[in-house]
Amino acid sequence: MKYLTEFRNGEIAQRMAREIHQITTRPWKIMEVCGGQTHSIIKNGIDQMLPAGIEMIHGPGCPVCVTPLELIDKALAIAAQPGVIFCSFGDMLRVPGTEGDLFQVKGAGGDVRVVYSPLDAVDLAVKNPDKQVVFFGVGFETTAPANAMSVHVAKRRGLKNFSLLVSHVLVPPAIEAILSAPGNLVQGFLLAGHVCSVMGYWEYPPLAEKYKVPLVVTGFEPLDLLDGIRRTVVQLEAGRHEVENAYERIVTRQGNLPAQKLLGEVFEVTDRAWRGIGVIPKSGWRLNAEYRDFDAEERFHISGIRTEESPLCHAGDVLRGAIKPADCPAFGKECTPRHPLGATMVSSEGACAAYFNYGRFLSAEELAGAGSGMTGVARG
Amino acid sequence: MCLAIPGKVEEITTEDGLRVGRVNFGGVVKRVCLDYVPELEVGDFTIVHVGFALSKIDEETAEKTLADFREMGLLDEELGTEEEAFARAAVAPQSACPDGSCSN
Amino acid sequence: MGEEGKAGSPVARKDAPDFSNWSCPLPLVGYPTIVMGHGGGGKLGNELVEHLFLPAFRNPALENLGDAAVLDLPAGRVAMSTDSFVVQPLFFPGGSIGELAVNGTVNDLSVSGAEPKFLSASFILEEGFPLAQLAAIVDDMAKAAATAGVQIVTGDTKVVERGHGDGCYINTAGIGVLRPGIQVGPHRAQAGDAILVSGTIGDHGMAIMSVREGLEFESQIRSDCASLNGLIAEVLQAVGPAVHAMRDPTRGGLASTLNEIAQSSGVGMEIDEPSLPVRPQVQSACELLGLDPVYVANEGKVVFFVAPEAAEQVLQVLHSHPLGREAARIGRVTAEHPRMLVARTAMGANRVIPTQIGEQLPRIC
Repeated sequence: MKYLTEFRNGEIAQRMAREIHQITTRPWKIMEVCGGQTHSIIKNGIDQMLPAGIEMIHGPGCPVCVTPLELIDKALAIAAQPGVIFCSFGDMLRVPGTEGDLFQVKGAGGDVRVVYSPLDAVDLAVKNPDKQVVFFGVGFETTAPANAMSVHVAKRRGLKNFSLLVSHVLVPPAIEAILSAPGNLVQGFLLAGHVCSVMGYWEYPPLAEKYKVPLVVTGFEPLDLLDGIRRTVVQLEAGRHEVENAYERIVTRQGNLPAQKLLGEVFEVTDRAWRGIGVIPKSGWRLNAEYRDFDAEERFHISGIRTEESPLCHAGDVLRGAIKPADCPAFGKECTPRHPLGATMVSSEGACAAYFNYGRFLSAEELAGAGSGMTGVARG
Repeated sequence: MCLAIPGKVEEITTEDGLRVGRVNFGGVVKRVCLDYVPELEVGDFTIVHVGFALSKIDEETAEKTLADFREMGLLDEELGTEEEAFARAAVAPQSACPDGSCSN
Repeated sequence: MGEEGKAGSPVARKDAPDFSNWSCPLPLVGYPTIVMGHGGGGKLGNELVEHLFLPAFRNPALENLGDAAVLDLPAGRVAMSTDSFVVQPLFFPGGSIGELAVNGTVNDLSVSGAEPKFLSASFILEEGFPLAQLAAIVDDMAKAAATAGVQIVTGDTKVVERGHGDGCYINTAGIGVLRPGIQVGPHRAQAGDAILVSGTIGDHGMAIMSVREGLEFESQIRSDCASLNGLIAEVLQAVGPAVHAMRDPTRGGLASTLNEIAQSSGVGMEIDEPSLPVRPQVQSACELLGLDPVYVANEGKVVFFVAPEAAEQVLQVLHSHPLGREAARIGRVTAEHPRMLVARTAMGANRVIPTQIGEQLPRIC
């Protein structure tokens, strides 16, 4: 695929990794915010290619993972109601609520459907006027324009049977929360490239200045990630703390103005609880007064939800980067993708799932030593 | 957060008041809403997330980035072995201060 | 194209072939859809047999219409396999439930080292299911059976009330005769064995995705549904006992199959990701939906575990066969990291590929 495959070239990747080795003189801790970047790093073994002194800390950039348990439980309650078609991205289907998940609700007879785009859910509302269609609008700023358009279209068409269950969270407040937390060890950030394609990166210089950390807008393919890491290390080694754009082919400083305009018309900023972290002020979006009618929480008054997190689950520590998934005592034992205790183990963007699915229960040496019999590109 | 992939716009129409394109992702074609990137024309490349185009791919920049990547590391091979750089990085104790001035 | 939720009357999908000109003897004109009586064993059921199943599957054992088919088998060991087919949609690019039903069981027998001979076919139909669709499915089965060289010798039909089925479910069971001197099994892979795959992976699963409601996309991806007994026969003919294990990777994809055999044989496996054959459009479709081709279903591929000295020859045999043109050597069996499948990525790093947990779900994030 053009503009994708080229950025996965193994030979260039190894040269870039060698370059990083050359310029690194001290240990550094760098956080990649976005779960998609975590996934790509672990899957491609980017962290295996870096010098041992550089530690990639996995951030809370998994909107599925940070959606509050209470909202998951509300989603399950709504989806179980007769007369409801509950639509969601595939990611949400196995996220555990207090009791069960959407997949189980489907198994018990709920009409739960996976869709590719929120507009598909709007189509379903048009075609099923006798049903209430609810779309689970989970995501960071990247997904918000799509969700905004869905309610905008629903409103324009006068649909009475479409609503959005909103769980939108924002990246800059999360980064600030991490940087301002006592004991923070993160020294530099890879900013989420696709979030920035929507929002731009003009919000970040004050953060870089206040906390003296380099912030580099980074893509998702191996070469983009290595370049983002390299630029961060260059700044760290030089004692600089600036905002840099390593994803220029997609991201501009101002971002996507038409998207920002509609976002402003549909959403308003609100405090949000991040599962495993707590409430971060002004860190989320909700539908504003103009669009409040389309809010599923308002339309379906779900009460009597009793939420209970598993006491064994350390997802919060993982999301804050305080521990690695393999450090969690339940990892691979009570908690596996088949029986997840928390969202980080079931979301394909969650760090725990990435570690489990790409085998990070082998030690680094064991993993590096495996495959020594294979011929092929020499490892850097 | 954010599986967005690049595709080429093959056709643009209007459906229900929305600007919609048929976008080709390496041979697989999907209908995509183009409302957020009004400057897109047939033949342009765009990055698409959940059925929405979010940004036009600046091809010139993309090519330049690739060219830079290809250059990277080609000249440095004489400058020192990776083992030496690796050893340098591993020696210093874990420290929160980039310049090593604090011991914790 | 019909749109339908998970319940509701069966609908014709856009890929259903045009059978308005189908000309098999069909005095079932009074009943263009399936009714409860078709499962009752009475007149209506008999009409289905006489005018649909018999003409399609025509063979002596079937024509006796006994409660059981009486068969002549050579002395020796016999393999038996069964599978049920519940795919939705019933017709998809490159195939239909009918073809899957025949080829699936033929392949299970073939990878066990047997020569498939006879199949049974049982149908569970939903009241209201269009007869013309059933006819198309049966036609597909007849053609698949002929291609595979097997006979469908007995069967059954039941009908469930509207809303209690997905149109058509099929179960096939099959009998095959084990080839003398061939001993293959999932527990027989050995350290040092070469791992070969007969062709591209992920075609079937992505063909289904391309027409799955909510996720549809345009492509030329077609299911690879095919009977593999001919291909396997040629490989066994060439190298015989050098083949230690074989399996056709269906649901759960290549990754699940490799993990299963690693478990059964108590060995580790290493594969080289860049060597996995994947069609570019299948790769693109996987990117679009956030899926990994190693977990995507196949219906016309075999994974072989062969003694390393025989690997080249097996590859040559595969490449000369129409179903094996894209065959590739993808890795080897090892005594290290037992029961674990490790892949070398294009980056040169290693990752473990675990067995799939449940269905792979398309992701956005």
